[in-house]
Amino acid sequence: MSETPLLKVSGVSKFYGSRIGCQDVSFDLWPGEVLAIVGESGSGKTTLLNCLSTRLMPSAGSVEYRMRDGNFRDLYHMSEAERRFLMRTDWGFVHQNPADGLRMTVSAGANVGERLMAVGDRHYGKIRETATDWLGRVEISADRIDDQPRAFSGGMRQRLQIARNLVTGPRLVFMDEPTGGLDVSVQARLLDLVRGLVNDLGLSAIVVTHDLAVARLLSHRMMVMKDGHVIEQGLTDRVLDDPREPYTQLLVSSILQV
Amino acid sequence: MSADLATYNFAYLDEQTKRMIRRAILKAIAIPGYQVPFASREMPMPYGWGTGGVQVTAAIIGPDDVLKVIDQGADDTTNAVSIRAFFQKVASVAVTTHTKDATIIQTRHRIPEQKLTEGQVLVYQVPIPEPLRFLEPRETETRKMHALEEYGLMHVKLYEDIAHNGRISKTYAYPVKVDGRYVMDPSPTPKFDNPKMHMSDALQLFGAGREKRIYAVPPHTEVVSLDFEDHPFEIQTFEQDCALCGAHGVYLDEVVLDDQGGRMFVCSDTDHCEDRRDHGHVGEMLAPNKEAAE
Repeated sequence: MSETPLLKVSGVSKFYGSRIGCQDVSFDLWPGEVLAIVGESGSGKTTLLNCLSTRLMPSAGSVEYRMRDGNFRDLYHMSEAERRFLMRTDWGFVHQNPADGLRMTVSAGANVGERLMAVGDRHYGKIRETATDWLGRVEISADRIDDQPRAFSGGMRQRLQIARNLVTGPRLVFMDEPTGGLDVSVQARLLDLVRGLVNDLGLSAIVVTHDLAVARLLSHRMMVMKDGHVIEQGLTDRVLDDPREPYTQLLVSSILQV
Repeated sequence: MSADLATYNFAYLDEQTKRMIRRAILKAIAIPGYQVPFASREMPMPYGWGTGGVQVTAAIIGPDDVLKVIDQGADDTTNAVSIRAFFQKVASVAVTTHTKDATIIQTRHRIPEQKLTEGQVLVYQVPIPEPLRFLEPRETETRKMHALEEYGLMHVKLYEDIAHNGRISKTYAYPVKVDGRYVMDPSPTPKFDNPKMHMSDALQLFGAGREKRIYAVPPHTEVVSLDFEDHPFEIQTFEQDCALCGAHGVYLDEVVLDDQGGRMFVCSDTDHCEDRRDHGHVGEMLAPNKEAAE
């Protein structure tokens, strides 16, 4: 891992009126690191993720990102054009519901190719070649390239969404409950795939999940949130094997054992 | 007594409305391809009949202008006839069917075959001004995409065409990039006419009445049809010549003649066709008749 973090988050808070979305969250994310944000429903996980990914303006705090040229930029002081460009080239965002992240009425190939065309790729043959390659990497057979995602199963849609996000070689991917709504065997396959891709590509990722098993499998480090506050953070294995906070202990002990 | 009777203002619209529309037109000319919102008025014809084009024409027309109105290239179709009659009545302007005599040409679906010249104004009737509409339903989002020049989505549409049909199958309302900046819908003209918009000597104004948008392509402005490097833009070609005037390399309409599969191909631009026939050009369908008459 390199010496400088990729993302520096300090004092991020988001209030919905007098209600707390998340409060005073600070952390650094290093290149190649996967950070899991866990907690129960309503604990502010998704609010925090949206604040980090510029989808939601935080009430206070700053988020700095190290651009490809090595300089840190405050995300909320960038122009909207720059921010949107960043989001579709250097970042990825994987939604819980694939329909939110995909264009359901255009073919799988076009879904993967959209980012390429958005950054100025104008060669049909090359776009298609890249799309075919990426479908292969997320285990979707090449003969489905002209099918619309609405003809895909839930697991395939989620894999397609991942391919669509990774095609521009992003350095940071945000995932909001990537395995939510999938059955257990499909979840396992998807997790395996994501873990492989993250390792191969050296991605950094921030994964929001309520499923501790997902956090255990994917992440190096985790943060536990409750009522908008980060109550515990540390290496994933440490937090799960030796939880310190009573709430984390409760969370860990409430995993169903089969 | 009759002098006191209420009557229409010149060219139907009141002067304040014309002023408002002219301001929108000036802004549109200043930013080629940009859709300028304007307060579209109710016109004495239904939406979809060219209310946008009529308002633009009404705002720019003067007593000395000569107006030509075409619908699908023809001067004698319902829409063209009624709009022409409308301006004869409310503006008492001279009208013509000859492209070269007109100063203002209001059109639906075609650009005249004859090259337009400096000083002429082509007014398009536009049903849906937003080229990204069927790709992105949110107006807030499409405006943002125009503002930030994010046009990747337009190519997604072309990609889909090639993926499903092996070529770009869009034949009308083919998206263009104006002056290297804004992507624009050239209204439902066939893509055959797209090259005529490029570096045109005439001013081109687009009015969408229902959608309340005006946009423009000033004279001598670059208009490039979008495409892929390995699937370049190309226009329709016709194997036949016009059956009446024998013209080649013009846009033809197919006319079904009977239920036995009989058909003819004829110039969509009626003025162009008549002009050629006046100059002695004869297509294959008129040729035998001519011999019989002699």
